[in-house]
Amino acid sequence: MEKKLPTIEIIEKYCKGCHICVEFCPTKVLEMQGFVAAVKNLEACIKCMQCELRCPDFAIKVTP
Amino acid sequence: MAFDYDKYIRPGKLPHIWCPGCGHGIVMKGLIRAIDAVGLDKKNTAIVSGIGCASRLPGYIDCCTLHTAHGRAAAFATGVKMAKPEMDVILVGGDGDGTAIGGNHFIHACRRNINMTYIIMNNKIYGMTGGQFSPATPTGAKASTTPYGNPDPAFDIAKLAIGAGATFVARGTAYHANQIDKLIAEAIQHKGFSVVEILDDCPTTYGRRNKFRSVIEMMNVLKDIAVPVKAAEKMSPEQLQGKILTGVLYKEEKPEYTTEYAKVIERAKAAK
Ligand SMILES: Cc1ncc(C[n+]2csc(CCOP(=O)(O)OP(=O)(O)O)c2C)c(N)n1
Ligand code: SF4
Ligand code: SF4
Ligand code: SF4
Repeated sequence: MEKKLPTIEIIEKYCKGCHICVEFCPTKVLEMQGFVAAVKNLEACIKCMQCELRCPDFAIKVTP
Repeated sequence: MAFDYDKYIRPGKLPHIWCPGCGHGIVMKGLIRAIDAVGLDKKNTAIVSGIGCASRLPGYIDCCTLHTAHGRAAAFATGVKMAKPEMDVILVGGDGDGTAIGGNHFIHACRRNINMTYIIMNNKIYGMTGGQFSPATPTGAKASTTPYGNPDPAFDIAKLAIGAGATFVARGTAYHANQIDKLIAEAIQHKGFSVVEILDDCPTTYGRRNKFRSVIEMMNVLKDIAVPVKAAEKMSPEQLQGKILTGVLYKEEKPEYTTEYAKVIERAKAAK
């Protein structure tokens, strides 16, 4: 069975480019693209929600 | 499902004013999840603050909010709670606001054991005004007012709260984001004065001066120094050197102030 991929939404107008979500993602799903965070490798996401919890700016939403 | 913060954020208020990587946003999100988890009624919940970056928090939240004078959150909040004991009252602010100019209000709110919850965002500095040292600035650290290193020892805010009589005291960190809501929720549900100290970061005025190259380094320090109280029980004093305990540090049931005050009112009426 194919595993269901989460949806990761990054609200660019809220993102302040602090790198927290990128650095602390355990499976390196995210990367910085210029000043904002972006999804690089969605397949690797283990839906731990840590990026959403730690983003100080309400800029990242993970729907598992 | 992603948590729906929009339910609690005043429309049009985001993005907030805090700097990139400032932990205050992480704490605010934890508070919102705690309010939701406990099921507080927005119309019956007051969030009260003093002045500082941390104290800007109430402006974002769609509850009853009060942004007061520097250091005076506890005084105003006590007024709210005495006038409306049925309200849930939450105080928020920084280490400067709460333990320097507001230190006296803080210890007496603890002593009275009035049923409120106080969240102190301890970034060890006066962020808003450009990085003057606070009573929580570690010895040796640099602030705009201690360019050669701070000679003062720092308060242990949680210990101060316990010593002054708070009946629920917990500590978390901005790194351990998933613990913040749980600590705050337990604090809100405790009947008495609850203090939740969150070790926070100010990359802008503390980080730069103290040779942290990025907010990530500051977060890594929080990650490394935190030891949950349960884990600490099995550790030696040597292993605990330089660490700081997190979790619920103290909990006690004691007479609560608004309940005791209601009894005073009854006694006064009967004496007439
Ligand atoms: C009576 C008074 N004195 C001084 C100030 C200046 N002032 C504003 S915020 C602040 C310190 C804030 O530090 P803290 O509470 O630690 O919060 P942070 O900004 O670090 O979040 C000071 C000294 C003021 N607003 N009012
Ligand atoms: S949910 Fe976890 S694994 Fe997925 S992107 Fe966020 S931090 Fe990475
Ligand atoms: S944690 Fe939030 S603000 Fe920081 S880079 Fe990631 S999405 Fe942007
Ligand atoms: S100055 Fe410091 S405390 Fe204030 S918003 Fe910036 S990082 Fe946060």
